[in-house]
Amino acid sequence: MEVNEQIAIDHGLKKEEFNKICDLLKRVPNITELGIFSAMWNEHCSYKSSRFHLKKLNTKGKKVIQGPGENAGVIDIEDDDAIVFKIESHNHPSFIEPYQGAATGVGGIMRDVFTMGARPIANLNSIHFGSPQHPKTKNLLRGVVKGIGGYGNCMGIPTIGGQTSFDESYNGNILVNAMTLGLVNKNKIFYSKAAGINKPVIYVGSKTGRDGIHGASMASAIFDEKIEEKKPTVQVGDPFTEKLLLEACLELMAGKSIISIQDMGAAGLTSSSIEMASKGNLGIELNLNKVPCREEKMTPYEIMLSESQERMLIILENGKEAEAKKIFDKWNLDFAIIGKTTETKKIELFFDNSKVAEIPINILAENAPVYQRKWKKTKLPQKIKFNKDDFKKLKITEVLKKILSLPNISSKEWIWQQYDHTVMGDTIQKPGSDSGVVRVHGTKKAVATSVDSSATYCYAHPLTGGKQVVCESWRNLISCGSKPIAITNCLNFGNPEKEKNMGEFVECVEGINEASKFLDYPVVSGNVSFYNETKDKGIKPTPAIGGVGLIKNYKKIITMGLKEEGNIIILIGKTEGHLDQSVFAREILNEKKGPPPEINLFNEKNNGETILKLISNEYVLSCHDVSLGGIITALSKMSIKGGKGFKIKKPKFLINQFEYLFAEDQGRYIVEVKKENFGKVKEILNKSSVHYDELGVVTENDIIIDEKSKVSIDELMISNKNWLKDYMNK
Amino acid sequence: MKSSVIIFPGSNCDRDMDVALKKFGFKNEMVWHNDPKIPKCDLIVLPGGFSYGDYLRCGSIAAKSKIIKSVIEFANSGGLVLGICNGFQILTETGLLPGVLLQNKYQKFICKNVHVKINDKENKYFKNIKKEILELHIAHNEGNYFCSKDELKSLNDNNQIAVTYCNKNGNENENDNPNGALGNIAGIFNKNKNILGMMPHPERMIDEYLSSNDGSFFFENLIENLK
Repeated sequence: MEVNEQIAIDHGLKKEEFNKICDLLKRVPNITELGIFSAMWNEHCSYKSSRFHLKKLNTKGKKVIQGPGENAGVIDIEDDDAIVFKIESHNHPSFIEPYQGAATGVGGIMRDVFTMGARPIANLNSIHFGSPQHPKTKNLLRGVVKGIGGYGNCMGIPTIGGQTSFDESYNGNILVNAMTLGLVNKNKIFYSKAAGINKPVIYVGSKTGRDGIHGASMASAIFDEKIEEKKPTVQVGDPFTEKLLLEACLELMAGKSIISIQDMGAAGLTSSSIEMASKGNLGIELNLNKVPCREEKMTPYEIMLSESQERMLIILENGKEAEAKKIFDKWNLDFAIIGKTTETKKIELFFDNSKVAEIPINILAENAPVYQRKWKKTKLPQKIKFNKDDFKKLKITEVLKKILSLPNISSKEWIWQQYDHTVMGDTIQKPGSDSGVVRVHGTKKAVATSVDSSATYCYAHPLTGGKQVVCESWRNLISCGSKPIAITNCLNFGNPEKEKNMGEFVECVEGINEASKFLDYPVVSGNVSFYNETKDKGIKPTPAIGGVGLIKNYKKIITMGLKEEGNIIILIGKTEGHLDQSVFAREILNEKKGPPPEINLFNEKNNGETILKLISNEYVLSCHDVSLGGIITALSKMSIKGGKGFKIKKPKFLINQFEYLFAEDQGRYIVEVKKENFGKVKEILNKSSVHYDELGVVTENDIIIDEKSKVSIDELMISNKNWLKDYMNK
Repeated sequence: MKSSVIIFPGSNCDRDMDVALKKFGFKNEMVWHNDPKIPKCDLIVLPGGFSYGDYLRCGSIAAKSKIIKSVIEFANSGGLVLGICNGFQILTETGLLPGVLLQNKYQKFICKNVHVKINDKENKYFKNIKKEILELHIAHNEGNYFCSKDELKSLNDNNQIAVTYCNKNGNENENDNPNGALGNIAGIFNKNKNILGMMPHPERMIDEYLSSNDGSFFFENLIENLK
């Protein structure tokens, strides 16, 4: 087939990009080469719209062993232990085929982690669906949850946390972000950089089929009504093979034969081979007849672009082939020597004894287009003047029950009960809490992890929203008594060619960066997903932040359930009564405008660190951060979790009761302390200049607000528990 | 006391079982499905997971694997064989235990704590155990036990129903049956009660920081009974 401009455009390349390819090659590429360019230069693989901005991110820190640029980030958790972690999107495929899309998303992120030598120890996910009333939502949700469970459960890796939201902006573009944490000895980390000439290039894992061809290009396009036709571009997952691949790779990694290793993810054999060669400043030569194929008569084009799952590319030390093959034979996996490293700095492909492609690596990698796209700043919206007379008609307990039963607040037990969250025997905090916590196997340590996003805030004001989501992640980790170490981000946005969407991206990244720097909470890995847009309607900006923190002694973990009658409940952090963009304003008053709550990074850091001080002094019995739905929603969740009630009274402020209870001011936590320690706690808080309010006490059963309003735990529990279950069974 | 945990490709609770057995004093060895034979031991455990991907009926391929012949021989000679979750499914597929494990009634994977009532203590697994009800954990998609009327009668007549799903007070009602299992059955013995298959995972509940510590009672008691 003769390649021309139209064929290039059909491959998702722009006219100028095709011309650039011809200029760089000094000729017109053949179809295989064009396929390779389209795979390497699409948004998903090249980060061409985002790279310029991502470079500014705070990626360094004392605990960072590996920042962005590898398969995943790595952080030091002491005693030679390290945590490898990353989050990645699988949005487009999950919308087209929810089960396989979500399943292979989970499979892909786990491979990114064990490619580096780490055994996965925890999975999380951040999933976002359209309005519950939208005809597609229920099936998409069911399929995605089954897919995530189907893959993670079979692998035997616990899924310990996550986040689910519903918003009509996802009606045509759901989001499925999967995150994995792995544990590795810090002296035994594997990287993707090739080294040495004439080293054998090994293909292991599943056979290559025609599934997922152009998956990465599909992920870089906007959707139209013909999207269903793209089903063949979705990969099909086989978690059983991945489990074997995991065990086989870890067995091989225990020896000293691997020079570098890279999983075949987006753009399959193309991106894995080119990335390894590019990082090592080498060339690579592959004989495509040697690639194990599961379908007949596959062409070089198809072999290079297939996104069949559960495959790895390894560069071995010479002479270690037999030893390595023995391991893969034991696990019944394909093992093929498909090429070698060269000094040419080119990728050269052979098929049926002839050369079918020859491209200098630097053209594909370093010369990939980078765009500084135009973007528009989002102005801070005007504050809304709420009419407090409107509040008088409302009954606190009724509002509270309604908020607890809202799709975005209600319990997600229906989801996480379908995920095995206890396999590996180290889960000490299950899903449904501020963060998931797993022990570092065989030690006193534990890692806490959570994933957060707040599209509503980010949409109202991206800069503030970006900061907020990092702070929220930090608070979730603090709440269980862990010291936050680092984050991974999954940046889900609309069409970067639109100035508004690009602006949302730029400002969210700026916000993330600002908070990350101030809190010394660096970004060590991540992924960008643009073009979440269908028929001109884009999603709300949804950066998802996955955080990881360390608990030095797992026995000191703090949980959110209220513990004992008579204990004092304290609110840490100041309540100004910010209702704009709160759940109360949006869902009860139906007021969707206004700015998100402000972030004060100084207070955020100070409050968080002070909580950790209180925890290390063993004064804190339970702790939960205040987020959506304000103080009263947070307290209710603590009550439901612990099976204890509370009696609270609004301090004598000028602000209204509703403002006090439902405002979403940031940087706040609720803590439970013993009466006899309250004095010492106050001393620490005063010394650290932390604002606090004494809210009230824990009770046996009753929930009493400002003496007048009463409600039972059971009523709250029923409000909170049933929405999703009822919705899914309807 | 010596134990052996068999690892099939796709087993994923093998390490958890190894940790639990060792914690309570067993000298445990891990045995690969292709190993020529099982070392001499007092207990063989078939762990949970997705043996061979469970792409046919759960446990059916493992039931035809090379090593399973030695497991059957060991069981038939009176040796103790414990199958948890996928291990239970494998035991029914080999015919060592009657019945089958169908897909859960609500067609979903279920992972949660459950209570089970111990129905029979005249056996090596539960003799002298200090509790009547254990809080254990299930994590499965195919745990809906089913057998013929005759088989059920025989299970009842011979006191082969080992554990049943119940509430925390020991009442076996439908609300506390997580998967639709016939008669709330969570685990059964063979006639000689040397083979036990059950869906709940005691190995995940072996210290107070996990969501229950009741698995400890099971293992502590088991090793005492074997001494």
